[in-house]
Amino acid sequence: MDMKRRKFFQLLGIGGGTVALSKAGKAAANNTKYGIQNTKVAMGVLVDTTKCVGCRSCEAACNEANHLPKPKKPIMDDDALFDKHRDTSPTAFTVVNRYTPNGKEITRKQQCMHCVEPACSSACIIRAMEKQPEGAVTYRSDLCIGCRYCMVACPFDVPKFEYDKAVPLVKKCQFCFSRQKEGKQPACVEACPMGALKFGPREELLEEARTRIYTNPKDYVHQIYGEKEAGGTSWMYIAAVPFEQLGLPGGLTKKAYPELTLGAMGVVPMVMILWPALLMGLHQFSKQRDTENSRLESVAPRKIIAPRKDSHD
Amino acid sequence: MIEMKEIVQTIGGIVQALLKQPRKAFEYLVGDPRKWVTPFNAVAAAILAVGIPVIGLRLWKGLAAVTNLSQETPWGLWIGFDVLCGVALAAGGYTIAATVYLFGLKRYHGLLRPAVLTGFLGYTFVVIGLILDLGQPWRMPYMMIFPRGVTSVLFEVGWCVALYLTVQAVEFSPTVLEWAGLKQLRDLFAKAAVWLTIFALVLSTLHQSSLGALFLLAPTKLHPLWYSPYIPLYFFVSSIIAGLSMVIVESSLSHKIFENRLSTGEHTDLDDLTLGLGKAAAVALYAYFFIKLIGLADSMEWDLLGTPYGHWFLVEMLGFVALPCALYTVAVRTQSVKLVRFTGAWTVLGILVNRLNVSIIAMNWNKSPHYVPSWMEVMVSVTLITMGVLLFRWIVNRMPVLAEDEPRQGGKSLVGALTGKA
Repeated sequence: MDMKRRKFFQLLGIGGGTVALSKAGKAAANNTKYGIQNTKVAMGVLVDTTKCVGCRSCEAACNEANHLPKPKKPIMDDDALFDKHRDTSPTAFTVVNRYTPNGKEITRKQQCMHCVEPACSSACIIRAMEKQPEGAVTYRSDLCIGCRYCMVACPFDVPKFEYDKAVPLVKKCQFCFSRQKEGKQPACVEACPMGALKFGPREELLEEARTRIYTNPKDYVHQIYGEKEAGGTSWMYIAAVPFEQLGLPGGLTKKAYPELTLGAMGVVPMVMILWPALLMGLHQFSKQRDTENSRLESVAPRKIIAPRKDSHD
Repeated sequence: MIEMKEIVQTIGGIVQALLKQPRKAFEYLVGDPRKWVTPFNAVAAAILAVGIPVIGLRLWKGLAAVTNLSQETPWGLWIGFDVLCGVALAAGGYTIAATVYLFGLKRYHGLLRPAVLTGFLGYTFVVIGLILDLGQPWRMPYMMIFPRGVTSVLFEVGWCVALYLTVQAVEFSPTVLEWAGLKQLRDLFAKAAVWLTIFALVLSTLHQSSLGALFLLAPTKLHPLWYSPYIPLYFFVSSIIAGLSMVIVESSLSHKIFENRLSTGEHTDLDDLTLGLGKAAAVALYAYFFIKLIGLADSMEWDLLGTPYGHWFLVEMLGFVALPCALYTVAVRTQSVKLVRFTGAWTVLGILVNRLNVSIIAMNWNKSPHYVPSWMEVMVSVTLITMGVLLFRWIVNRMPVLAEDEPRQGGKSLVGALTGKA
């Protein structure tokens, strides 16, 4: 009996230890403080703008995969589209734009960056925007109340709103999350004929990007856009020119965006606990002052000051 | 204990009066039709006649049909003005309640009810404005049913505003119960005043500051002169200034317009109280000016003061913070009630400038074309204000708001007015 008991406790101890270990292991795998990002499984895409030729196959594949309206003209014939800068919209989750820094023509695909610590998700009142452990930032259309705070918060202006609908939703690239679940690549990556888009675990893509820059140092700016921007993004870019010249926002903080409101949110429980205590004290103080005054007055009654005359007369 | 008898009797009396003399009841509730046509009513009717169809259009066709909102500018006038300015200017309720119940400055008691009413109506129309702005407002209760967004500043704001609206309804309930003649219930709710005030102050501290904290997530979009890690503190402190200034303005207007609703004895020394409020507002403004200055020093963005946006920032800081600060000081020193009132109105304007700067004017400052509200957006905001003013007038003309405890002093309660008896 005693042996059994001891063994039982040992087992319990081991069990507990294992739980603790596995928790520690999980914590180690999480490379971020506030998110659920697991580097082993978190996928990303490396966009090599030096390989992009602007064929816009990715746009066509995206529209098809997401059941979005087809462009009016066949996508690949319409070079005139490049004359005007286009933005993503509720019916176009990715677009390719042409930039001409120093006369060179460079095309760049844009879409949701799928931040490691997404601003949109931390801002969302109902967490309709969710960071998946697999990397994608997905959207729950059944929860969204349409407050558009995600749009204010997103440093890349990715979420787009259906202003023209009476029952509107937010729309954005979801990293083909359902395709990924089926073991497929995102539609745009699969469609790219130039190998400009590489899908894989984010950590491996970072290594890949560094290798490309080291082996061809003259072809690239020595920076990976998305490695640290806004705390890091799942989609990352390498390019021959500074990224600002390709329409990517510069000057972004290296902090994860949720950190920006962390302090303000931390004050909430403090105020809830300290304010009542402090204010009750003040109330007691003023109450006691009143009773003291009236006691003094009853001891030595003063002439009651006549009320002031109404100034409106 | 509450005696059900009183409640049953009172409600019975009201129903009886409504049935017996429906005409008299009608006249009491909506006023004498012969006196409807006044310049004020004509303007109000014209505004509603245009504004209400626009609201209908918004609900029927979506935001694009009415607003100039875009993918770059998801928040426009309805958030910047209706919500941010509305909440700040409705801060008088908690400011005066704290003054009276917590700091024990009882002579301000006469200002309490109108301030609480202004706050309650203000928040009501903030919520209505928000409903018009949200894509799917019927999903608002989701935030309580599925409390998932716990990291969201907006989640905190949403909860606080919902709770605070409830608190304000309870805070105002003694007035309504007094009017209805339910004295026991009135006394019961009146007893909760101190606790309600503490709760109101906690909630107000949280959401007034959090409305500023919303913009912490937009460091690249809000102009650096307005973006600051201290922005929650700025919003909280300026809400106190807004509350005090709004009470100065509102009480002076109410005393002119609703003179017949004042009873003798109470509210008689409004001038004195106004000077006191002016003094408090001056102190708060000085503090605000210096914390803003420290924020600017902290940001090291002095060189931006030379740009057009910097000039506009200086206009706000000097024209709408430093100037009213000085004016309040001079007014209190020279005992000039008129100057306090003018400065109150000027400060209210300054609060509007600040909130619109943060939410609209200095937002997306580096993008063009910049958002300008459509006439229909402006119309909806004006319509909501008009509705608020009309409701305020309706309540003040009937309930003991400006003069407390009227029925007990022989004033007309609901039943009294309906039956013709005092």
